[in-house]
Parts: sequence; structure tokens; C-alpha cells
Amino acid sequence: MSLNGWVLIALVFLAVLVVARPIGIYAARVLNGERTPLTPVLGPIETGLYCLAGVDPAREQTWRAYTLAMLVFSAAGFLLLYAILRLQAFLPLNPQGFGGVAPDLAFNTSLSFVTNTNWQAYGGETTMSHFVQMAGLTLHNFLSAATGIALAAAVTRAFARSGSGTLGNFWADLTRVTLYVLLPLSLIVALMFVTLGVPQTLVGAIDATTLEGAKQTLSIGPVASQEAIKMLGTNGGGFFNANSAHPFENPDAWANLLQIWAMLVVSAALPFMFGEMVGNERQGHTLLWAMGLLLIAGVGIVYWAETRGNPLLTALGVDPASGNMEGKEVRFGQAMTAMFVAVTTGLSCGAVNAMHNSLTPLGGLVPLFLIQLGEILPGGVGSGLYGILVMAILTVFIAGLMVGRTPEYLGKKIEAREMKLAMLAVLILPLAILGFTAVAAVLPSALASLANAGPRGLTELLYAYSSAAGNNGSAFAGLNANTPWFNTTLGIAMLLGRFAYVVPVMAIAGSLAAKTKVAPSTGTFPTTGPLFIGLLVGVIVILGGLQYFPALALGPIVEHFLMLDGKSF
Amino acid sequence: MSSKLAAQPLCDGAILAQATRDAITKLDPRQLVRNPVIFVTEVVAALVTALFIREVVLGIGTPMFSGQIATWLWFTVLFANFAEAVAEGRGKAQADALRKTRADTQAKLLVGLHGGRDDVWCPRSASELVVGDLVLVEAGDIIPADGEVIEGIASVNESAVTGESAPVIRESGGDRSAVTGGTVVLSDWIKVRVTAAQGSSFLDRMIALVEGAARQKTPNELALSILLSGLTLIFLIAVVTLYGLAGYSGTIVPVTVLVALLVTLIPTTIGGLLSAIGIAGMDRLIRFNVVATSGRAVEAAGDVDTLLLDKTGTITYGNRLATQFIAVPGAGERELAEFALLASLADETPEGRSIVALAKSKYGLPDPQIDRAKAAFVAFSAATRLSGVDVNGRVVRKGAVDAVLKHLALTNEQAPFEFRQAVERIAQTGGTPLGVSRDGRLLGVIHLKDVVKPDIKERFAALRAMGIKTVMVTGDNPITAAAIASEAGVDDFIAEATPQDKLAYIRAEQAKGRLIAMCGDGTNDAPALAQADVGVAMQTGTQAAREAGNMVDLDSNPTKLIEVVEIGKQLLMTRGSLTTFSIANDVAKYFAIIPALFVTTYPELNALNVMGLASPQSAILSAVIFNALIIVALIPLALTGIAYRPVGAAALLQRNLLIYGLGGLIVPFIGIKLIDLIVAALRLA
Repeated sequence: MSLNGWVLIALVFLAVLVVARPIGIYAARVLNGERTPLTPVLGPIETGLYCLAGVDPAREQTWRAYTLAMLVFSAAGFLLLYAILRLQAFLPLNPQGFGGVAPDLAFNTSLSFVTNTNWQAYGGETTMSHFVQMAGLTLHNFLSAATGIALAAAVTRAFARSGSGTLGNFWADLTRVTLYVLLPLSLIVALMFVTLGVPQTLVGAIDATTLEGAKQTLSIGPVASQEAIKMLGTNGGGFFNANSAHPFENPDAWANLLQIWAMLVVSAALPFMFGEMVGNERQGHTLLWAMGLLLIAGVGIVYWAETRGNPLLTALGVDPASGNMEGKEVRFGQAMTAMFVAVTTGLSCGAVNAMHNSLTPLGGLVPLFLIQLGEILPGGVGSGLYGILVMAILTVFIAGLMVGRTPEYLGKKIEAREMKLAMLAVLILPLAILGFTAVAAVLPSALASLANAGPRGLTELLYAYSSAAGNNGSAFAGLNANTPWFNTTLGIAMLLGRFAYVVPVMAIAGSLAAKTKVAPSTGTFPTTGPLFIGLLVGVIVILGGLQYFPALALGPIVEHFLMLDGKSF
Repeated sequence: MSSKLAAQPLCDGAILAQATRDAITKLDPRQLVRNPVIFVTEVVAALVTALFIREVVLGIGTPMFSGQIATWLWFTVLFANFAEAVAEGRGKAQADALRKTRADTQAKLLVGLHGGRDDVWCPRSASELVVGDLVLVEAGDIIPADGEVIEGIASVNESAVTGESAPVIRESGGDRSAVTGGTVVLSDWIKVRVTAAQGSSFLDRMIALVEGAARQKTPNELALSILLSGLTLIFLIAVVTLYGLAGYSGTIVPVTVLVALLVTLIPTTIGGLLSAIGIAGMDRLIRFNVVATSGRAVEAAGDVDTLLLDKTGTITYGNRLATQFIAVPGAGERELAEFALLASLADETPEGRSIVALAKSKYGLPDPQIDRAKAAFVAFSAATRLSGVDVNGRVVRKGAVDAVLKHLALTNEQAPFEFRQAVERIAQTGGTPLGVSRDGRLLGVIHLKDVVKPDIKERFAALRAMGIKTVMVTGDNPITAAAIASEAGVDDFIAEATPQDKLAYIRAEQAKGRLIAMCGDGTNDAPALAQADVGVAMQTGTQAAREAGNMVDLDSNPTKLIEVVEIGKQLLMTRGSLTTFSIANDVAKYFAIIPALFVTTYPELNALNVMGLASPQSAILSAVIFNALIIVALIPLALTGIAYRPVGAAALLQRNLLIYGLGGLIVPFIGIKLIDLIVAALRLA
């Protein structure tokens, strides 16, 4: 670790914060249907879209109608993408002439993009045509991100409103988020990527002659545009198989900074949006603090573990001064790789600029654990916000009683119904992650996909299911996931992690929106300030994370001690 | 009531013996299934017992270890049952006392109504009375059922329900018409219309509540049970899947060990104490002589943020007392006092007596030597609003200022400036001015003041710190009300309050998202009592009021509203603190059990054995023993509750979090280590 590294990390966080607040407040105005500086330009398009779709943006929906609209929209998106993938061979913009995608892979990939997971069981440049990348995948990068933000807005309204039967209009929220927030931001970020040398072309591949005189085929394509929304929408699905480690996706240190910044900025903006919409900015700040503290701790541990290096490699004569550089890009360095690793997993983004499988055991434990904490640090766009709100509700419920009042969050009483639904949501992740991992761990056909034996192999399995259920999409690698078993079970895990989670959350929102706001007083449990931040962090770690401790002990933790003892697998 | 509170010690031999027996009968799974956490514990305890028997019979495995784990798992269940049984036992003791008064009585059922005491009655067993029957109750009779006095007046000993031996007056009409079955008429007679049949009477309901027979989970308790069940499920997933994960790693984890892990992780501590906390909270209220008709009301009491308090009796003593004599120019203060004393000689009201007392104490005046036979005392009447005396040719009057001026044929403007100024000043400070005149001459004014109770301002300040707004309800005019309000330190007041005003105020506050508590006794209070979130009806009040409220104060002391709120808060705090403690405990338990689970496969994992526990088996056993013993250790706390301090939510949270959150993290590390030392020393594992 170096001071330079820490200063750089701090500067990136600062750069995010500076922009996150205005974006959050802007997003709140957009979602409230208020006039914004972009309205003169985008207003007519918005109105046109409503006319075309026959949507009345002012017509409010109950939580059921809102959720149903979201589910129908996602299902339609899934079917469309599935069809595009299967029919790739017959569709245009396929300069490399790729054939149709296999059914299990198409199932997995469609679900992966609809759920904002972007798990990639395929190599992008060798499997997908430009049409698929642009009309199929990038489209979903926008829509799944917008869906997440729309849901977060609906949940936020539950706290902002009092005695209301409705949570907004899904179609209006979706349209507004896409048009006013994601498109303009993507445009700016894509242009910045182009400036930094990321390709943006419809040419399929170019042939280059290397210095040795050998011929080499280099895949290129519309990378910059996909890269922008890949990061901004916490999607993480790269154009290339090597993702953000690939020099065309992430050419240099500046591009890398931009990647980290872009991946954080929207998720970090949403707590500000929350504060703005509920009329109490400090509530948003508190959530962001809790997210930020855990994330910074994650960055710190990865940074520390990786720079300490691997004693096994040192024994082989590798210079320990540069730390563990296996699987990392020299152009990014330790600090920015550590930050990327923690941020992409704290965020449910899943883009990678290093091989996670090459991280030291503790360095690899962090991204795994960050995903298992529920992707709320600060989590995927939208999903991170409603995820941490569930944790806040649990925190208030457990600790709120300690002030001698029945629990309430932002003036809304948390009662049996909310608790039932919150527990239902919270159960989904351990069920999907631990359930599937335990089955795969004893299933010979699944074990055949493992590249490593021992604890590392278990970590690979655990990581895959955590990544899918957490809708992260990053891969630990070392696991050949393109098999029918993994494509199917990982697909189901993604489905559960997104929709089985959000439906009960929306039900909570519906129930809370209908409640009258209780007036705050000095007797009210304070949900801002350091004490609540500490409590929230405690609940996230103890309730959200402790159940994974046995599994982690058998994976990265034991591997760490084995490494110290000089053993490897 | 404090004496009554102290009268029931925490540990009573009889209660403990009964509770021990109950703890065993409560093992019945059909009963235990209501408590999912403990039910799961019982199921796995049975499982481990079966494994133990199998190991003994087949001579395989480690029966010593399984046997001990099974034993402690059963103890965990028993301790949880015991906690509940002790809480119930304390209530039952009280119920038995109440039940004695319910012995069947013979009622005098009225069959022919002729008016007065000439009615014809025939004897009828109280248990055969139905709602609507009319009964005669005479001196020495036990009132056979709850009812409404329709005729007559009597003094009644209600100590059976209130514990208060001083008799109370019950009469027809007005706000003192409700009588309770089981109480005794001491003098005179009343005719009562039965309003509750046997089995649903006030006493019956009280017995049921005290015993916990009618106990249902309160809303927050239900929500908490859901959380605990959810956590149990999560840990069940974690433990069951561990079987597969361990299998991958080449470890076969014995079922006994997995069970031990499960039981130590699921929230058995709070799961075992939850119902005891609830019962103890109700019990505390009852020992405070307040009966809540539902647990919901007790929880709501903790949430209350606005208290509607009647001025009279709660904030002030309710009597206007003379505090000052102010003479007009030309008359001496002593002269004023002298004639005020004379005018009040026959005035037996507290106001009159206070004038006499003040005149004597402040000016050392003797008792006036007048011939009472020759004196013509003028009693106060609503028409004249004057009282006084005509003696020795002197006409002395005192009364409302305008009435005195009218008596003197003066207009307000004609009265001396100083007099008008004094009157205005008194009125503005919430006092009542009384004019005094003699022989057509104005002497001055007496300052009568409603005296605010000495410590009430501090109590309201404490309530404010708790985030509770106090609202004074009074029939006084707004000026008087404002003065008393500022003196007592209440946040708001409703002057010239009618029952409708109260109701409207409650609705307005509730619309703003506030929870309201109030107390009342009259029939016209009933709508407001029903509307309030916590309505405490006075036992001396009407049947309608008692039905409308969700609590009844047996002492009929409106000040207790404040304590009711505190008891509600205490209940919630105890529940929250023990939940936090229970969940925080898990961290240490993981560190005890996880290394023990896998240390044979991966000896390196012993690095996680931060407590340095002797062996894997002793670690697991110690965690299970700690898990069982902590329930017993916390029973006293669950029953007495956590002390409530009116310091505001933030400070309260900080304090409780430090004790129960941080304590919950640290205590098990120490506890498990100590138990491990003992287990290792005794070579138990």
C-alpha cells in the first residue's frame, strides 16, 4: 500500500460524491415529473413515446399494478432477447457471421441481461454479432438499469407519501429515467471513452500484422457506447470476454478511473434522490455513509491483501515489493485494481479489470462477501437503494424498540406484514446462493467444471452463485459455466435474486405507502447520524453476512491460512 | 401502589415450584409450536436424543458428547418454558386472589317495580342473571354482577378489584353509576341493571387477563416472532447447506454438531423470553392497578406522543385557594381580611375555608365573636353569585366581581382604577378574583388561585424530553387556562373544553400522525376515550366510559397516565434490547463452533479459535451450554424490565446499544470461555 494509492482512491470517491448529489437531486425531479433543463429537448420525445404506447403518465398505479407492469415488461424483454440470440444468424450487422446461440446459453444470457446481472457465460467478441451487442445487449443495459431505478423510485415514494394507495406509474418512470438520466449520461461518458481511445465502429474485426510479421485478427466494434452504459447502469457485461481488462474496453489509467467513476456515480446518486424525494436529505446521506463505509473497508482489505503479496510466489523468487500482480494489469496498478474489484462487487456491476481468481484468498474473499451482503454497497442502480432500505427496515425493527416505541422508519410503522415480506425477501439470497452451491458441491457433473481443487474450487462455485443471485455478473473465473447445469441453475439464481426479491419489497412499499406518516418527535428513533450508521452496518454484516461465514470459512478463509502454511491446490 | 409492587417478590418459592412443573407440561409440541424458535429447538433436541440412543445401543460414535448436547438442548427448551411459566405464575397468584371474590352469590332479582324499596324481589343465583335483569343490592350484599345503578345511592367497598379499602359512592345518573360484580355495598341500597353476564364481567375479564388465558400475541410481538422465525429459517438454510459444502471439503460433519450450530445461531434467547416479557409487561401494569383490555393498548402506550390531561386533579389540586387580599384605596388590607373572614364563616367550600385560613394566618385575626343565631348567612346561589352575612346591621358580601359591583350598583367604570387593575391581573394569571363589600362599600378583592401541584412541571419537562407533548384540558376560559398552562409547563391547552372539543382535538392530532392518550370518566368522555389510541377509563367512571377505553385505572388517578406510558415504553425497550443482545451473541458462537467443525480437515482453521477453547467438542458443548444458561440468566431482566429514563430517544438508544448491543457481542466470548474452562476441567468433553 502506498500513500499515493490511498490518495488516488480518496480522489475517485470524492469525484463521485461531487457529481452524485446533483445527479440525485436531478433524478428526483425527473421522477417527480417536474420540469428540468432537458425538458425542452426531451419533453416532446417523452410525450411522443407516451402517445405511441398509449400511456397516461399521470395515471398512478398500485403496487400490484406497478409490479405487474415491471414483470410483464421484463418478461417481454427476456423473450425478445432470447429470440434475437437464437436467430442471430438471420439478423443483420453480423460481419463475422456468428451462428445462433445455443438454447441454454441464450436462456442464461437473456435472463442475465434482463436482471441487470450481465453474467457472461460466453466470450462476447467470439459469440455475439454487432446487432446482438447493440439492439439486444446494450438495449437491455439501459432498460434493466432503468427498471431498477424505477423500482427504487416506487419504493421511495412509499416513504414520501402518506396514506397513498399508489406508487407512481411504471411506464412513466421507466421512460423518464431512460430519457433524462441514463441517455444523457451515457452520451457524455461514451464520448469521453472515445476520446480516451476506446473504439466505436461498426467494423467487425481488423487484421493486423504484428512486429514478428504474424497476422492477427483484432475484434472491434461499437465498444465505447456499450462501455458507457455497462458502467453507468451497473451492468458489467463487456464487449470483450476479458471485459475491462481488455485494452479496447479500458485502454489506460485514465479510462480506468473513468470506469470506476461511471460505475459508482448513479448508484451513489440514488441515496441523494431518496433524501430529496422523502424531503429529508440527511436520511439519504445516512444510507450513503453506511454503504460507503463498508465499501471503503472492502477496498482497503483488497488493497492490503494484494500488496502484501503471496508468500508462495515470493518463495518462487517473485519480487514481493509489487505485491500480488498475478492476473492484474500493470497499467492500472494495485490501488486502482483493488478499488475496481471492491467497487464492482459492492455495486453489483460485475465488470472486471483483473482476474478475480488470481486475487489472494483474502483479496478474493472481499468481492465474494460484498456480493453476499446483498449488493447494497451501494449496489446496483436502484436495486442497491431498495436493498439497503430493506436492511434499514430490519435495523429499525430490531433496534428501534430500544427507545421504547414500536419501530418506525421515516414515520412509517413497521409491523407484522412488513416484517413477513422483508424476511421473505431476505431469505431469497441465502437460499439461492447456499442452496445451489451446496448441491453443485456434491454433484459430479458440476464439479467437472472446476479448474481448481480444494477450497479454491469451492470459492469458484460459491462465487458463481453469489454473483448470479446478487445480480452482479462478475466471474471468479476458473469455472467453465457454459454447461447446461450452470447455465440453467445460474439463470434461475439470477431470476430469484432479482424478481423473487423485488416483489415482496414492492409489497412492503405498497403497505407502507398506505400508512399515515407518524409525526417525528424527540422520542422518535433517530434514523440519521453516526449511531444509526453504525447500527445499519452492524445489521448488514450480522444479519446479511453471518450466514455465509461457514461457507466462507471452508473457502477463502481456510485457503488464506493454508497459503500462510505454504500449501496450495 | 409502590407497596403493592414490592409485595410480590421476583422469586417466590411457590411460584417457582409451579413454574418448574409448568415448564415440563409446556413441552407438549402442540403448545410449543406457537413459538417457532423454541419449537425448532425441541425438534432437534428430540433428534439428537434419538441419535444418542442409537449410538448407545449400537456402541458407535460419541454417546458421551451426544448425550450432553441432547441434555442441554432439552434444558434450553425447558428454560424458555420456565421463563414463560414464571411470568404466568406471577399473574396466576393474583388471579386466584381475585377469583375468591367471585364466589357465587345470591342476587335479589326484582320482579315487580313499585318504586323505592317496595319492589318485590325473589332470590336468584348470580350465575343465572342475564343482561338487562334488575337487582336490588342492600347494605351488606355483594353486588352480583356488573351493572348500572338506576336508582338509589350507596357506599360501596370496591377493594376486591381496586385494593383500595376506602368506600366509594355509587348513585344513579351522572358519572358514578357503574358498579362492579364482586364488590360490597356498605350502606344504603341501590337498584342495578345488569350489563354483563357471568363469565364476561369486568372481574372475569380481569382474571383472564391476569392469568394470561386471554393473552394473544400483541402486534409488535407478532412482527418480532416473524423476524425470529425468518432468522431461524435463514440459519436452517446455512446449516443444512453446510452438509453439502463440508462434503465437498471431505468432512463429514456429525448431525449432532450441525444441530448444535443451528441451535446456537437461531435466536433462542429472545425466542425463549419473548412471551415472558409480554406477560411481565401486562403484569407490571396490573400491579400498578391499571387493567389493559388488550396487549395492543400497552404497546400503543409506548408510542403515545400526546397526552391529554384533565387540569383538575392531574395538574392542579382542583381547589381554588385564597392566596392574597388586595384592598382598594381607602380600605386597609386588614379590614378587607377581617370582612372577608366574616363573609366566609359559613362557607364550607374549600375556597371559603381557605379564605378563613389565610385571614387567620396572615393577619392573626381571631374568630369573630358574633352571635350565630342573630346572624343571617346568605348562601351562594347561582343566580346572585354572592354569599355573605347580615349581622349587627352590617351587610357583608363576597362573590364574583361583577356580582359584587351589581350589588353595590356600580358599573365597571365606576369601580376604582386600582380595583379594576387588580381584578384584571388576577384573571390574567389564571386566578379567580372575588370582590368583598361591606355596607355598600367596596373593600377589595381576594385572589383565589388554582394551585398547581409542586412537582408537575418537572414531570412535564421529563415527558417533553421523551418526545411527548402534554395538553391540558380544562373548562376554564382561555385566559385562565393559558396562565395555568404556562405555570404548569404544558405544551398546549384546550380551554372551555367540551367533550366534542376533546374528540375534535384528538382527531386533528391523529390526522397529523400522532398517537394520543387520555383519561376520562364520564359518559360524555366515551367517544373521546374510544377515539384515543390509549384511553384510560377511571374505575369510578360510568360503564360507558369503561367500555370505551382500552384501559381501566382501578385507583381512578388521572396522573397515572404518565406511568402507563412509561410501562409501555419499558415493555418495548426490554423486548428490543434482548433481541439485540440475542442477535449480537451469534458472532461469538460462530467463532466457537466454526473452527471446531472443520479443524480435523483443515487444522489451519484453528486460527479462528480466538477464544482458545480446549477442544472441538468442548467448544461446541460450551456454546450450547452458554446458549441455554443465558436464558435463565436473563429471566429476571425480562420480568422486571429495563429501567426507562426520560432522556430522549437518541440518548436512550446510545445507552441501550452500549449495554445490550456491545454487551451482546462481548459477553458470550467471556461466557463461552469460562464454561469451556469448566467443561475441560471436569473432562466433560
